[in-house]
Amino acid sequence: MSAPDVEAGAASAVSADRHRRRPVTGSLLVGGLIVAVVIGMALLSFVWTPHDPTLVDPSVRLQEPSPDYWFGTDKFGRDVFSQILMGSRTTLFVGFVAVGVAALIGVPLGIVAGMAPRWFGELLMRGNDLLLAFPALLLAIMFAAVYGAGTLVAMVAIGIASIPHFARLIRGGTLQVMRTEYVIAARAAGRGPFAIAVRHVLPNVSSLVIVQASVGFAISVLAEAALSFLGFGTPPPTPSWGRMLQESQELLSIAPRLAVFPGVAIAVAVLGFNLLGDGLRDRFDPKLEDRR
Amino acid sequence: MTPAPETGPAAAAHDDVLAVRNLDVTVGGRKLVEDVGFTIRAGERVGLIGESGSGKSLTALSVLGLLPEGLRASGSVRLAGVGHDLVGADEARMSRVRGKEIAMVFQEPMTALNPTMRVGRQIAEVLLIHRTRPDRASARAAAVELLAQVGLPDPEAAARAYPHQFSGGQRQRVVLAIALANDPALLVCDEPTTALDVTVQARVLDLIVRGVQDRRSALLFITHDLAVVATACERVMVMYGGRLVESGPVHEVFTHPRHRYTQGLIGASDLTVVDGRGRLATIRGSVPPAGRFPAGCVFRNRCDHATDVCATRPKWIPTGPDSGYACFHPVPGSGAHGTGAPTNQEAGRG
Amino acid sequence: MAEQPTSTPLAPEPRTGPADAISVRDVTRVYQRPRTSLRRPSPPVHALRGVSFGIPQGQRFGIVGESGCGKSTLLRIMAGLDRPTSGGVAIDGRDITGLRERRLKFVRERLQLVFQDPMSSLDPRMRVGDIVAEPLVAQGHGNRRERVAELLEAVGLRADAADRYPHQFSGGQRQRISIARALAPRPKIIVADEPVSALDVSVRAQVLNLIADLVDELSLTLVFVSHDLSVVRHVCDRVAVMHAGQIVETGSTEQVYEDPRHSYTRRLIAAVPTLGKALSGVSAADLNRE
Repeated sequence: MSAPDVEAGAASAVSADRHRRRPVTGSLLVGGLIVAVVIGMALLSFVWTPHDPTLVDPSVRLQEPSPDYWFGTDKFGRDVFSQILMGSRTTLFVGFVAVGVAALIGVPLGIVAGMAPRWFGELLMRGNDLLLAFPALLLAIMFAAVYGAGTLVAMVAIGIASIPHFARLIRGGTLQVMRTEYVIAARAAGRGPFAIAVRHVLPNVSSLVIVQASVGFAISVLAEAALSFLGFGTPPPTPSWGRMLQESQELLSIAPRLAVFPGVAIAVAVLGFNLLGDGLRDRFDPKLEDRR
Repeated sequence: MTPAPETGPAAAAHDDVLAVRNLDVTVGGRKLVEDVGFTIRAGERVGLIGESGSGKSLTALSVLGLLPEGLRASGSVRLAGVGHDLVGADEARMSRVRGKEIAMVFQEPMTALNPTMRVGRQIAEVLLIHRTRPDRASARAAAVELLAQVGLPDPEAAARAYPHQFSGGQRQRVVLAIALANDPALLVCDEPTTALDVTVQARVLDLIVRGVQDRRSALLFITHDLAVVATACERVMVMYGGRLVESGPVHEVFTHPRHRYTQGLIGASDLTVVDGRGRLATIRGSVPPAGRFPAGCVFRNRCDHATDVCATRPKWIPTGPDSGYACFHPVPGSGAHGTGAPTNQEAGRG
Repeated sequence: MAEQPTSTPLAPEPRTGPADAISVRDVTRVYQRPRTSLRRPSPPVHALRGVSFGIPQGQRFGIVGESGCGKSTLLRIMAGLDRPTSGGVAIDGRDITGLRERRLKFVRERLQLVFQDPMSSLDPRMRVGDIVAEPLVAQGHGNRRERVAELLEAVGLRADAADRYPHQFSGGQRQRISIARALAPRPKIIVADEPVSALDVSVRAQVLNLIADLVDELSLTLVFVSHDLSVVRHVCDRVAVMHAGQIVETGSTEQVYEDPRHSYTRRLIAAVPTLGKALSGVSAADLNRE
């Protein structure tokens, strides 16, 4: 078979149709935009906030929104807008820690469970199910009781509680990848399990990881807010949307806006990460099952 | 210029079941099917063959009004006894036609069946929806009868079973039973036996042919397999690059192909004819992806007979009431019968 | 599908000698499916029930059978990717049965696989160059870039294909990539599992010719697994027909095709539609007769 002969139509024979990047869906766009705004807020808070968010100034207690205090002030005279800006840092920090812990342990666990002999994989997964049955918030409260309340402690707890979600999802993906012929080809070529895990399995489940990470992000933001609200999360004076919400409750009838601003911020951020996760799923996920 | 095989009086014959005219299917700016036209008469079995990207499945889906989202059909698809054009008909009107006047069998039988419903009920439902049977009891009896017709042993038990309890071939028979339930005027089969084993394929093919013969239904059979079409159909249409390139009676097209693509396809699929070195005849290059075929004659970048004139679009040259081809350099017609095999392109590697 | 062949299987010629590229001795493989009932374990699946044959060096050996006949299991056992429940497999006279992965290095060098689905057999996240080089990397060969270019050219692709991803190629081209990968470690045995079943008709002949060219040129031993007897007849010298985990018939392809002894083989041959048969008046109903 003469080489040029066969390749003649190759340039045009590029059949990228099935794999052409799917169009950016609405949820991906909106979710990405919201997440970008949250990240932008966090970055901005490092260089600029209208006021010192932790400065207690009784002379300006409970101010209504004004050109000087865009979202008004709380009962200690702290600027709400500055706190919201600063709080986005906590929110992102929380997400990264929780998702990082969950992914760093959950992904390798899932891959190992998917590649190991079946009995061992099943054993790992049953252990996983035990952890899955344990409420994340309860675990965080236990951690707080033992190690003291703090953002990091709370988030490590939330992260640990999220490990099973990653492990289970990644194991499913790994089992699918392990059944493909390219993995069998790699084995026949003499590749060891570690090389197969790193070179074939991990890249092909990476889209699952990304999707789960963005959903996990939303869950941990919500969890942090809940924990701070209950008093087990971020201790004062570090601004946190959840704690702002908690502090606002006694003034709910006098100054409902104190609950509205952090409440909306939490809702929008969670929505953003969820939309991003959905959008990424639409874009990546079908590839794993729908190769043909 | 319309490569419609039947533009004469035959086109208006009253026993035409399906008449497709100037059918285009486009996505974005790309034409995936271009100017396809043909008719199928009552009881006629017609094969539509083509490779990937030929547009054969899209043609079938257009007839059924089942094009995937984003793809748009234009032109005309008329079905006898249906007062409106099937192209552009809304879902409500199409659902009255589908399963009654026109029925379909696809490649993957599992997806065509509801996994949570007993197959007897699924068949009965088709009968009840279109009010072919007056009540549940008679629909159920008819369902069992249909399962018997498609050769399932113990049809009573089969009616009570769920789809997952059947093998692939048996499922395809159930799908066929559903398709034939309302004695459709036209049965459309898209690669119905491709996923099946050889011995099972033989059985299902037989059932399809007998099913349409018993009902005097017309059959549009879409496949990439020449031998299957030759076995099951009387007439064949060859598609390549979104166009109809040749059509005619099976025996004529497969023994004396006129279009160079048909000729090459027959040569490449014949595993019994080899050259001196034991190599098969081939068509050079590969099939371009859908919508990226060359302008003019879609086959010219793989054709050994292509000349400058092939950069313009070849006219449809009718050779009979149901036959014709679109090629500037056709295989010489009857009288100069060749073997049908193309020249061997192999020149040895390197 | 009958659980047991209708007549006793013909004894496969016991021509297994030390010189054989592959010899398979009375291999059985039983799978235990996971329980679906608490009360009793699921019945075991007998994928292979005592399969024996030998393939001399340089032979083109076909294995024909329908889905579920055990040919995929057999192929994996031959490649040292699965273990038989009993019996043994030897590659070039060396027993590979029960060897640990580390001891199978010589099998990885001697024997390579080509798969059916040219999409799922190539990692979509890897460049073609890395895919073809994978056996070289795994086996510690040097000069990879040059070798990859040489391999791509040998299968009729341009060397610059190495920088692209699998999805940028058509089915036939992907199958060429798969063949290039298999040839990379200079194996002496190629095991091809339905390598042309997923290809377009006009491309199938090209790939079959390529395989024939390479087998000739590199004097390879070829094991060609297919459901399609007519493809096997074109490619192979000898053929084994498998049914329900057993070899029901072996012989030269011509002899098995022209004069099948076993009833299953006859049914299989009768069921294959061909243009020739159809044009001489064989109808769909006739395909079922035998």
